[in-house]
Amino acid sequence: MRPIPSVRALVALACLAAGARAADFLPAIVYDMGGKFDRSFNQSASDGAAKFAKDTGIAVRDFEITNAAQREQAMTQFARRGASVIVAIGFDQASAVEAVAKKFPNVKFAIVDGTVDLPNVQSINFREQESSFLCGMAAAMASKTGKVGFVGGMDVPLIRKFALGYVEGVHYVNPAAEVFENMTGTTPAAWNDPTKGAELAKSQFGRGADVVFHAAGGTGLGVMQAAADMGKLSIGCDSNQDYLHPGSVLTSAVKRVDTAVYQTFLGAKNGTWKPGKIYLGLAEDGVGFSLDEHNRKLITPEIEAKLDEARADIIAGKIKVSEYHAQ
Amino acid sequence: MENYTLVVLTLAATIRVATPLVLAAIAGMFSERAGVIALGLEGMMLGAAFAAAAVSAVSGSAWLGLGAGMAASVALALLIGFATVTHRGNQVIAAMAINIMIAGLGPTLGLAWFGLGGQTPQLEGAGQRFTALAWPGVEAARAHPFPGLLYAELLSGQNLIVYLAALLVPLSAWVLYRTRFGLRLRAVGENPLAVDTAGISVTGLRYQALAICGALAGVAGTYLSTAASAGFSRDMTAGKGYLALAALIFGKWKPYPTLGACLLFAFTDAVAAQLQGRSLPFVGVVPVQFIIALPYVLTVLLLAGFVGKAVAPAAIGVPYSKEK
Repeated sequence: MRPIPSVRALVALACLAAGARAADFLPAIVYDMGGKFDRSFNQSASDGAAKFAKDTGIAVRDFEITNAAQREQAMTQFARRGASVIVAIGFDQASAVEAVAKKFPNVKFAIVDGTVDLPNVQSINFREQESSFLCGMAAAMASKTGKVGFVGGMDVPLIRKFALGYVEGVHYVNPAAEVFENMTGTTPAAWNDPTKGAELAKSQFGRGADVVFHAAGGTGLGVMQAAADMGKLSIGCDSNQDYLHPGSVLTSAVKRVDTAVYQTFLGAKNGTWKPGKIYLGLAEDGVGFSLDEHNRKLITPEIEAKLDEARADIIAGKIKVSEYHAQ
Repeated sequence: MENYTLVVLTLAATIRVATPLVLAAIAGMFSERAGVIALGLEGMMLGAAFAAAAVSAVSGSAWLGLGAGMAASVALALLIGFATVTHRGNQVIAAMAINIMIAGLGPTLGLAWFGLGGQTPQLEGAGQRFTALAWPGVEAARAHPFPGLLYAELLSGQNLIVYLAALLVPLSAWVLYRTRFGLRLRAVGENPLAVDTAGISVTGLRYQALAICGALAGVAGTYLSTAASAGFSRDMTAGKGYLALAALIFGKWKPYPTLGACLLFAFTDAVAAQLQGRSLPFVGVVPVQFIIALPYVLTVLLLAGFVGKAVAPAAIGVPYSKEK
């Protein structure tokens, strides 16, 4: 019985395996509630991951969480299996990223819509207030009643940020306009309740609104459906959602989560990835409003000209859009 | 005038929100009155919502969707019956097993069939959904808001399932209290031994009750995915099955009080949507969190103080065995 060589061989083999693994680039992504195909926020991230996989031929591992406890578990699993970079989608994942990133200091992490202050975490945030401002302007210009609505998902600072920018945009065009604001709920279930979303939108239409902007993930699909059913206008969010109900979706507050995810993966692969905070706004093309064949008829040249002007003014700093700060 | 419009709109929202609750609560009433706890309503609704949306998306017919939804839900109800009536298993556990199974099974099948992450395709074709039916003379009625608006917003402009739910309540009351089947159904929930002694099959009656429960819960689920919204998404019942069960208990297992409870829940929900972000006299703007909790706070208060004792059917939750 001489177990030592065999143990050594095992160790050597393990080292070899680890070495082989380290050479591979293994990107991973963890989606938030709402799921990869919410046609909104998570789907945008998924588009970015899919593009990366297509362009580089490197498979991206992903995980869709169905309850809060799975976040940390999923990230730990990815990290343990040798993931090179793990992207977490959604502000709700911040605490999980913080916990796992501390345990695996050699793995690169990135969080979208959140901030985690660690040397191996990149925090990507968007200036949603800027695109929301433009959408508010579009809503106010398209509205005939002078009343517009906003339906948020879960009541959190991020969604308040959308709401504030939107209201400012509306009032920039029409100071007398009335804005109805509704939040769907206070738990993550509020991201996935289309029935409630439709109900909230209907109540706003009932009060006279004729354009409703949603920042509510899967719940927003109900909002947009209600608008299409009642012949009103809706504004999509995060992904370009103009195609969902052509002729009824005025525009979408696009948030380029796809670009952010793509760049993060690419940077990590090429070695240009850096930890720290990144802010993406109109100037960086990180946010914007959508214009394609589905809403071409709704966004008239006058509206488009005004939006482009405001866009330039925001970038130049001539228009200041307030950022929501939780007390 | 503006307040009047607001009241009418709130009432219209109440009706839309109450419809799935009424259907599910009445479904639960048949099951519970026969002695089987209706905790599986959530799973039956979710299963029906998925089946209805999937079949409607593929076939292009909301009616086939309704059939599929009801069939799926009846199958689940009978499965619960198989576990709890035939094999005398624990009713709570069997029902919860169904709820959890469907929560996972729906999205899984959806992913396999449609590749849309567990959702079904959006239902946008004509005839794929139960859409609002406009009654004649709606535009004329709007010209005279009082009482025309009541006609235009409340009576007209609802979809078929809403009217169905409205008819269901008197119908189920009649079945339960005026027919031989209803008498036996109630008896089997109170004293199955007496029913058995009279030579009537307890098992058969409970299966019939569960089938009715499944069919009605199926309509409720179909309403969610093909009328209230356009397609199935994960966990779209969002606890409505449990809420319907609460309404049933609140309504003391009787059709009309249960209808009242459903309408009350729906009304607080509709009011909550209107109250958000409004400045109220004396209090100012009430935080969203409080408004969203309001329907539940109200439920607790009413249950604690105003409703009185709710007595469940005596044999509920107890599997019947001849030998005992």
